[in-house]
Amino acid sequence: MDIFYYFDLISVLTAKELKVRYKNSILGYFWSVLNPLSMALIFLFAFKKVLKIPIENYTFFLICGLFPWQWFSNSVMVSTNILLANATLIKKINFPSYIIPLVSVLNDMIHFMMSIPIILGFALFYKILPTATWIYGILLLTISQFLLTLGISLFISSLNLFFRDLERIVNIGVTILFYGTPIFYEMNFVPQKYKSFIIINPLAGIIENWRNLFMKNFIDFPLFWKNFAYNVIIFFLGFLIFKKLSYKFGEIL
Amino acid sequence: MSLPYYNKVVVSFEEVTKTYPYYAYIIAGLKNFLLKLPQAIKHSRKRFVALKNISFQIYEGECFGIIGKNGAGKSTILSLILGVIKPDKGRIYVKKRVSALLELGSGFHPDLTGRENIILNGVLLGMRKRKILREIEKIIEFSELGDFIDQPIRTYSLGMIARLGFSVVAHLEPEILLIDEVLAVGDLGFQKKCIDKILSFKQNRVTIVFVSHNMQDIKNLCDRVMWIEDHTIKMIGNPDEVIKAYEQNFKTKYIDEY
Repeated sequence: MDIFYYFDLISVLTAKELKVRYKNSILGYFWSVLNPLSMALIFLFAFKKVLKIPIENYTFFLICGLFPWQWFSNSVMVSTNILLANATLIKKINFPSYIIPLVSVLNDMIHFMMSIPIILGFALFYKILPTATWIYGILLLTISQFLLTLGISLFISSLNLFFRDLERIVNIGVTILFYGTPIFYEMNFVPQKYKSFIIINPLAGIIENWRNLFMKNFIDFPLFWKNFAYNVIIFFLGFLIFKKLSYKFGEIL
Repeated sequence: MSLPYYNKVVVSFEEVTKTYPYYAYIIAGLKNFLLKLPQAIKHSRKRFVALKNISFQIYEGECFGIIGKNGAGKSTILSLILGVIKPDKGRIYVKKRVSALLELGSGFHPDLTGRENIILNGVLLGMRKRKILREIEKIIEFSELGDFIDQPIRTYSLGMIARLGFSVVAHLEPEILLIDEVLAVGDLGFQKKCIDKILSFKQNRVTIVFVSHNMQDIKNLCDRVMWIEDHTIKMIGNPDEVIKAYEQNFKTKYIDEY
């Protein structure tokens, strides 16, 4: 089948997800940004007001990490059950099943993109004037994070069909990852002997660069390319595992 | 025993065996798997047989009926033709594009309107969006859903969902069409309309594989019928003969058991 058909398939399915999300509540957009905003408030209280963490513009600092994190964690959490939820598509219609996690990650990506105006608002509030770096920076980091998120989603969604309690492990994993990523702290707060643990976390590099971009108008390119290569590898591994397992989907769903 | 005027084989099963894993082992999860490893491995090897060594051919332009009890393996055959599952042994050839109407509302979303679902379902079934938009008024007209077309389909009855589903498939220009028992819920008027549409497909040399428990429909539509019993082919051939034997078998069983 041709590429135009795939484009139709992905665009119609993504539009469907967005429609369904906003049909159920007119305040859909509000809800999707409320979660990271309220988390920011909680961390602001706990770490700035109580623990007096020495980071300037801490609210903005948190927002820059939490919005991209929200995209990643939503996609990964949803991916555990996504094939089960779409069982009839896989069993009754012959279509490429990797489209299902792909559309889910795209959908969360669009929500993240739509929250960038809020980040922009915060930047202006803290008197940071965005430069042209934002345009290509957002593009590059989005692609990189998309590959990482999709790779992990493909891996988890396919494996969950064989081990249906994977959701619990994924929940724990996501929590560990949240604290193992410099979201509410800075990379240089981490003691030297633990740094390597943080560096093997592919999300750390992305969040660092999102923050560089939004707060300082620059991208750390050596970090970006290293991280990008890492994410490409994760994407291909996830895709290969999904492909390998997908011929069995029809019989075990 | 093919009929003389059909010659080109479009679907061919050669000694196909299909087994399924036991579901209980799958849903037990990772915890169970690790805690009871030896047992789990043993269980994972145990599979039940859904089809045993079956071979048959379907020819271009014919309407091929499949009958048999629930759980005999009819739907497994359709899934194999569609390609969503793979056989354990044997070979399957499918020479044309397959479109399927296997389950009511598969690929529909309850919160979307009938109109939005036509686009969604059409794309899932392999149509380009442009083509669907061109055909959409015809599809809506065929479905006879009227003003309901702009209501979310969670407000639809089963019969209305069947109408919508068949209307989309009817405008797909299928080459091989699989229909599994989904017409039964429509009202008589719509069933008649579906049968007419299937007959017009037949005239256009569309190959149809039709699973039903309604022997009258099978007799009216099918050129050949295959009777599946105990996961294997019991009989294949002329509809009148196969249905007669099938019904006879049912009666004897009924008398034997009670």
